Amino acid sequence: MTYIAKPKFHHPGLKKNELGYTHRDYEGKISTLCAGCGHDSITASIIEACYELSIEPHRVAKISGIGCSSKTPDYFLGNSHGFNSVHGRMPSVLTGANLANRDLIYLGVSGDGDSASIGFGQFAHSIRRGVNMTYIVENNGVYGLTKGQFSATADRGSKSKKGVTNTDNAIDLVAIALQLGATFVARSFSGDKGQLVPLIAAAIGHKGASFIDVISPCIAFNNHAGSTKSFDYVREHNDAVNRLDVLVGRDPIAVDYAPGTVQVVEQHDGSKIALRKIDADYDPHDRLGAQTFLAKHAAKGQIVTGLLYVDPDAEDLHEHLNTVETPLNTLEADTLCPGSAVLDKINASLR
Amino acid sequence: MSDKKPISSVSDFVVRFANVNGSGSASANEMFARAILRHGVPVSPRNIFPSNIQGLPTWYEVRVTEAGHLGARGGVDMMVAMNPQTWDKDVAGIEPGGYLFYDSTKPMPSTKFRDDITVIGVPLTAITNSTYTDPRQRQLFKNIIYLGALSALLDMDPKLIEQLIGEQYKGKEKLLSSNVHALHLGRDWALQNLKCPIGLRVKKSDKVGDRIFIEGNSAAALGAVYGGATVCAWYPITPSSSVAEAFTAHCKKYRHDPETGKAKYAIVQGEDELASIGIVIGASWNGARAFTATSGPGISLMTEFIGLSYFAEIPAVIMNIQRAGPSTGMPTRTQQCDIIACAYASHGDTKHVLLFPEDPAEAFEFAAAAFDLAERLQTTIFLMLDLDIGMNHRLCRPLKWDDARQYDRGKIMTAEMLEEGRDFGRYLDVDGDGIPYRTYPGTHPTKGSYFTRGTSRDRYARYSEEGTVYADNMQRLVRKFETAQDLVPRPLQANAERPTKYGVIYFGSTSPAMDEAIGLLEARGHQLDRLRIRAFPFHSSVASFLAEHDFVYVVEQNRDSQLRQLIVNENGIDPVRLVPIVHYDGTPITARFIAKAIGDHQDHLKVTPLRKAVS
Repeated sequence: MTYIAKPKFHHPGLKKNELGYTHRDYEGKISTLCAGCGHDSITASIIEACYELSIEPHRVAKISGIGCSSKTPDYFLGNSHGFNSVHGRMPSVLTGANLANRDLIYLGVSGDGDSASIGFGQFAHSIRRGVNMTYIVENNGVYGLTKGQFSATADRGSKSKKGVTNTDNAIDLVAIALQLGATFVARSFSGDKGQLVPLIAAAIGHKGASFIDVISPCIAFNNHAGSTKSFDYVREHNDAVNRLDVLVGRDPIAVDYAPGTVQVVEQHDGSKIALRKIDADYDPHDRLGAQTFLAKHAAKGQIVTGLLYVDPDAEDLHEHLNTVETPLNTLEADTLCPGSAVLDKINASLR
Repeated sequence: MSDKKPISSVSDFVVRFANVNGSGSASANEMFARAILRHGVPVSPRNIFPSNIQGLPTWYEVRVTEAGHLGARGGVDMMVAMNPQTWDKDVAGIEPGGYLFYDSTKPMPSTKFRDDITVIGVPLTAITNSTYTDPRQRQLFKNIIYLGALSALLDMDPKLIEQLIGEQYKGKEKLLSSNVHALHLGRDWALQNLKCPIGLRVKKSDKVGDRIFIEGNSAAALGAVYGGATVCAWYPITPSSSVAEAFTAHCKKYRHDPETGKAKYAIVQGEDELASIGIVIGASWNGARAFTATSGPGISLMTEFIGLSYFAEIPAVIMNIQRAGPSTGMPTRTQQCDIIACAYASHGDTKHVLLFPEDPAEAFEFAAAAFDLAERLQTTIFLMLDLDIGMNHRLCRPLKWDDARQYDRGKIMTAEMLEEGRDFGRYLDVDGDGIPYRTYPGTHPTKGSYFTRGTSRDRYARYSEEGTVYADNMQRLVRKFETAQDLVPRPLQANAERPTKYGVIYFGSTSPAMDEAIGLLEARGHQLDRLRIRAFPFHSSVASFLAEHDFVYVVEQNRDSQLRQLIVNENGIDPVRLVPIVHYDGTPITARFIAKAIGDHQDHLKVTPLRKAVS
């Protein structure tokens, strides 16, 4: 559908956010993915979250790897720089970009092949380092662009469209992210925008490595009976531990829930997350508890969704490296080059 | 005892120390080399070390050379044999008439020596054990004791060594005085018990001048500091690790904000070379100057990203400290074996800029220049060092920096330019030099954003699989590479005294051996014009040089004559006229080797040396 130019006109009565931008200002090109693809819902959720947060679109850098999911940054935030890099290598490119300019918002978009197979190492190490980013995996359990091979997140025993049973164990990226010290970990479902939009918004507000695994059914190759990543299967097995609202800006939404059912988490950027508990015993500040909870529910075939873990006081890579506040990409010779007088001293010390 | 006259030579000989890795000998040996420099006599030291931390044999070779020949010479005039494991080979390697220095505490059977050398025994262990009780002290001071003995044997001024010890242990009085004490223990024993000096002597001179003594890796890292690199991502691999380590050390000294103490740089040890180059590309895409340092296996891993850098036009600086390949090869031995791998790295049609520094001074200059070139050309620049330059101290001219110099950030479209209504096409060749403008992410709210991708796209960065659009872009990349020819360091030509039909091309660490070989060849009556190539793409003067000579020798340190292949390929010339001279056993190339190989070939061509013809 790339030959269709996206029309630029829009309804004059479109709602505007704090910056005066409408939804349309956060859109990108027309998607070339299949009609009904879960990824397009995630794209819509990212647009919604950025609009709600009143982010200046050009202050976001969107970085992806290779695959269907990695194409999507072209379909949102058309005024942002995007980088569709190398298969499985989004995390390193994003890490470098983040080091160069700590002032932008970094959105990493990847898929299950990109992050759980070829890029498993880079996924792990970017999380370990605490890169300040929102890392979204659009997880459909299948290689879409190459027509339907299993990916590493496909559950053991699930069936491919051609009827082949997967005999390999699945990688649960959420479990790994928790284990590696991600400071914001969530799982959601592309079919549940109500849950996904505030999760993305909260992840963007988090300073540190935010990871969101979004189950996103592949309409073409993984939406059949026997798949554990189909719309029907995910709807039936979705076990949400909480729902959340992100409170930002001038008009914080009044939190009016029954006492004890809402937990407010204040984020580094000043925004607040209001967590409505669904599972009364679930504590999103307990990393070990989250890991156990996930493992127990996975054994029962349930897909746990919601904000699974958050550390609001997290540190990021720049703090670990003690880098200057000024973005490194703005520094010039006057501050970077020690000059000839110093070099003369160095020379003298080498004789 | 000797049927061969002992070698007699003043300030022109080779001493080789045979040690056990991890015995602490390196600093004593280095001090020996520095002490000779302080006599005003040039030295060229080389570490010959195994891929091992402790236990395996290691050698340190010091060529003392008043004439200033800094290449490896070959042969050993004096062996300091401190390693029983390699004794037989070490003794066998001494030149006839040479000297063997050894620890005579335990008597050795006469069969372990040679008749044609001078054997000098010093009871190092006995002296050490009678003075020190701590085992680690015994080991470390034994090294200083032999240094003391050598100073007497070679007629060195002990004051100069004391001065060095004083500088090294400044502020650590106890270590300082105990080292000086150990030095004199050895020196006094030698003076009292041996005939000092021997035939090899160091005589004070003034041939060092203002030159400095530095490892290429450290100089390259300093070039990165001066060149404005702010992001370094690397993965440990011999012989390149010391680049990143030196960069870290230099940055700690020179790159912290004096008020806040914060770092004006970011260094990440990646999980592998793929992550390292990924970080470099991400940082460069976002407008920072970034580099990685690696060696052959790392280059292999990085090639997919290098293709992205070429095609999506993202600056990157890769310092390749070459070692002997293929595969793990000989990881602690030197070669110039990644020329083809780097020049054409990655799949599809790709070409990359290579810089070939000859020594640490050029490593510094080219490293700094690499960042300007990378941003000007928006592509990967390889700084091609090797283990010989990178990991050995080399005497070279002092490092220089012009304080008026500004960084060339290349063609950057700013918010102001976009506001003025300048047409921005990320891959649009507005100046005819093949180089488009780029914008940094976050430049402008509504203008100048684009989607970077490794897939083909049109001049405005819009995805396209149209053949004409793809070819148009590939042609522009060729134009850009032609532009690079005039931006990279030019070849340096030095002509023979008399006109000649013969030329020689060489590059990188071959330089000092080549310079010396020219003298040897001239003595044999062979006249050769020289061209030192300093970069790829080749400047037009390379083609001219080839045209001006019937035969051109291409001297390099790899098996397949890779630079020659590149010259033949890029200039479309008859390969018969390019004669490969290759040295690839992992040791640094020597003047003797070059002179013999070229001399023999010249003789084979039945060239009558002019001198013979007239005599």
